[in-house]
Amino acid sequence: MNKVVAGADEAVKDIPSGATLMLGGFGLCGIPENCITALVKSGINNLTCISNNAGVDDFGIGLMLQGRQVKKMIASYVGENAEFERQMLSGELEVELVPQGTLATRCMATGYGMPAVFLLAGIGTEVAQGKEVRNFNGKDYLLEHAFDSDYAIVKAWKGDTQGNLIFKGTARNFSPLMAMAGKITIAEVEHLVPIGELDPNAIHVPGIYVHRIFEGKNYEKRIEQRTVRKRNP
Amino acid sequence: MALNKEQIARRIAQELQDGFYVNLGIGIPTLVANYIPKGVDVVLQSENGLLGMGPFPFEGDEDADLINAGKQTITTIPGSAFFDSAMSFGMIRAGKVHLTVLGAMEVADNGDIANWKIPGKMVKGMGGAMDLVAAAKNIIVAMQHTNPKGESKLLPKCSLPLTGVGCVKKVVTDLGVFDITPDGFKCIEYAPGVTIDEIKAKTAGRLVVADDVKEMVV
Repeated sequence: MNKVVAGADEAVKDIPSGATLMLGGFGLCGIPENCITALVKSGINNLTCISNNAGVDDFGIGLMLQGRQVKKMIASYVGENAEFERQMLSGELEVELVPQGTLATRCMATGYGMPAVFLLAGIGTEVAQGKEVRNFNGKDYLLEHAFDSDYAIVKAWKGDTQGNLIFKGTARNFSPLMAMAGKITIAEVEHLVPIGELDPNAIHVPGIYVHRIFEGKNYEKRIEQRTVRKRNP
Repeated sequence: MALNKEQIARRIAQELQDGFYVNLGIGIPTLVANYIPKGVDVVLQSENGLLGMGPFPFEGDEDADLINAGKQTITTIPGSAFFDSAMSFGMIRAGKVHLTVLGAMEVADNGDIANWKIPGKMVKGMGGAMDLVAAAKNIIVAMQHTNPKGESKLLPKCSLPLTGVGCVKKVVTDLGVFDITPDGFKCIEYAPGVTIDEIKAKTAGRLVVADDVKEMVV
């Protein structure tokens, strides 16, 4: 079963304006750089994007915000992006802020075929407004729904032609969950290998969840906060 | 003299116990990692998917695929483990993380905390804070006692949108250490050179002073 496509442009070419997309990554760590570039180039708009963050002003999802391609953003933290904050406060951009664990678990629920889950985060806060509350063992929980996502777009470290994926370090974050949650899942990988080369014990996302895969190029892998210590002389 | 940020972090580090799994938030809480007492073995959890967070990398060894929840480059240490975000918050929700240290804009004398939003002005999002405060067994807040305008951040009731309800157990500020009790903030320690009168003047919420209140050792 060969799921390889030529590149980012081909992988995203059928995504229509108005689609709901999940985009993997935490901050700029593990974002699907090639596909974001292709989405910017495609010029589609009216998108709903589900991603933990919204990139920075000039990288990641920030590039899609600059082009006014995003109608609604569902995220947990957007503090690194001045343009995002401007569009949000001016009402140009619809925003749903979701606690990070709730965001991850709602993605997970989708990939596991569960319509909803009961979660503690946000009880007693404005996050709870309008949500069903159930008491279990003396504690209140919020009913949180799985996402309905047309496409999931993730970046993995390694993948094979059948779509099996392995992530590296903390670039894993939301990506396996989102990969499992897309009706169509697109994976760009740093290293695309023939089937049989990946250790079956090491695979984070089995290929059944992945529909299109390609080897990305020119990864910038930008670091947001470069913190280091000096070597001893 | 009120404490500086390092001293607040050093005082919080005294709360760490051998065998603890600990999540440190952004800002002053991050500094706590620099003052873990000798002989106390703790494992740091970073909610973006790492247990066993090591120090910053040496210059030139930075890895874009290895960051903490504050997006800073970090390292692994022997025993480290990576996982996805659902498992990360799964272990938090299931109560496996013993202690969470985080910053706050406001804390109320019943343990409510606000640290994610100033309506109409600052909207950065809650990140993992709501999940952490809803689930962690023990939550310590590290913050300045007053805001830049000199107004108390220890309040009878939070004025900003809440992050969590009745969840904070202890507050360490530049002026002292306060347990959250049914009677409000209970001052158990004061910073060297800080008077109880000053603490009273700068605490808007209910305040009681412990009978055995003592000077903080930092």
